[in-house]
Amino acid sequence: MALRKPPLREAHAERGATFTEFGGWDMPVEFDSIRAEHSAVREAAGIFDVSHMGQIEVTGPDSETLMQRLTSNDVSALDPGEAQYGVITDEDGIILDDTVTYCLPESHPADYLFVPNAGHDEQMHGRWTGYRDDHDLDAVVENATDDTAMFAVQGPDAVGLAVEAFGGMVRDLSRFEATLATLEATGEVECLVARTGYTGEDGVEVVCPARAAAAVYDAFADAEPCGLGARDTLRIEAGFLLSGQDFDPEENPRTPYEAGLGWTVKLDTEFVGRDALEAAEAEGVDEKFVGFRLLDRGVPRHGYDIVNTEGTIVGEVTSGTMSPTLGEPVGMGYVPVEYADPGTVVRVVVRGQQKRARVQPLPFLDKP
Amino acid sequence: MTFDVPDDCGYLETHEWAREQDGLVRVGITDFAQDELGDVVFVELPDEGDDLDADATFGVVESIKAVSDLYSPVSGTVTAVNEELFDRPELVNEDPFGDGWMLELDPADLGEMEDLLSPEAYREQTG
Repeated sequence: MALRKPPLREAHAERGATFTEFGGWDMPVEFDSIRAEHSAVREAAGIFDVSHMGQIEVTGPDSETLMQRLTSNDVSALDPGEAQYGVITDEDGIILDDTVTYCLPESHPADYLFVPNAGHDEQMHGRWTGYRDDHDLDAVVENATDDTAMFAVQGPDAVGLAVEAFGGMVRDLSRFEATLATLEATGEVECLVARTGYTGEDGVEVVCPARAAAAVYDAFADAEPCGLGARDTLRIEAGFLLSGQDFDPEENPRTPYEAGLGWTVKLDTEFVGRDALEAAEAEGVDEKFVGFRLLDRGVPRHGYDIVNTEGTIVGEVTSGTMSPTLGEPVGMGYVPVEYADPGTVVRVVVRGQQKRARVQPLPFLDKP
Repeated sequence: MTFDVPDDCGYLETHEWAREQDGLVRVGITDFAQDELGDVVFVELPDEGDDLDADATFGVVESIKAVSDLYSPVSGTVTAVNEELFDRPELVNEDPFGDGWMLELDPADLGEMEDLLSPEAYREQTG
């Protein structure tokens, strides 16, 4: 199957990007150097093309009910212009996806927007429309992924750059607030600007029509172009999970409680998976998602075994890297609760050799 | 983009270089290889005194995004490893044919140098 391309695929190639397949999309993985891009986000600002993320709009009298029934968090708590993080679970409480749900500003034609992970847009569109039809709800669900571009501008200078691009109204956005704003350079392109993002830094995400992608990207010319490589290292330092790697309904089925996302589960709301999760919460978890730092030389990577001091396999590394900010090899994965306390020493098997690793609290890097 | 391919080295298709100096052979990875790998963050090397066979793996170089085996261009005994790389693996990116060298061998048979790709042949491979 042909890879889906973000609107700026060719512009990224002209900037010297190398590409990788991610979730069925042909996305830039590296422009200059992962280390340089990573540092730019930690110290100034970087811009990521995240047009591979899904864009599903939900509109109509029952739009709130539909969002509430299919996400774990309490959507009814949102006012227009507010966003929240939540997970989408199946009947058994297994995470299918994680998402940010935006309750759109009143002047926006749609009521809600949610952003499934790359390659999940069709599946989630089908899940929403199927549930709507089964429960006779009155809502229009539109998959706008292919007509939409999205950029994450992240780092301590990101909000300042967004103010230059969109004007002072975006300066006062709180974390997880969103507004509609006009790109000053063109005077006509209206974008959704939200103070959200996935690097653990301050910043904004900009959602715009695909035809306006270049104008928006160019408005952030002072931000370093960044790819998926830096996204990974930044995300791991912040302790954020990656769909398909840190959780995956087929390869690594997990409940939000195991994944450390219990805070997104509002058991006083009605949603698919609620009953299973209520039982799971009462029972407690057998395994937990933890961070660890390698004490011996080496780099932990996805798929490496985690063993105890007797050499018995107790878990698997789901994400790992040499942290560019800390200069230390760090990783994350699921281990039985008896190994999950910070300070516990386990071993990670790197090419047949056991390397000592100390469990430590997430995130690795304190939030700004 | 053109990559540095010094004329005084022989090359493997797997992007290692070998340079003879006073009867010993110094080994590293090429400019092309370091660029493909991106930021090098870790190098695993053999111990002094280890015996290596030509074309056998002698270690690993890891960048942020990838892990690659390292292959020995010639057979011989390891007389030195570049321990500087344990603290500063980025030297592989900064100076692959100089300060980023990886190990030095006492070759079993210097004639094996003749089996390596010439600079012209390697340029062609990576051009």
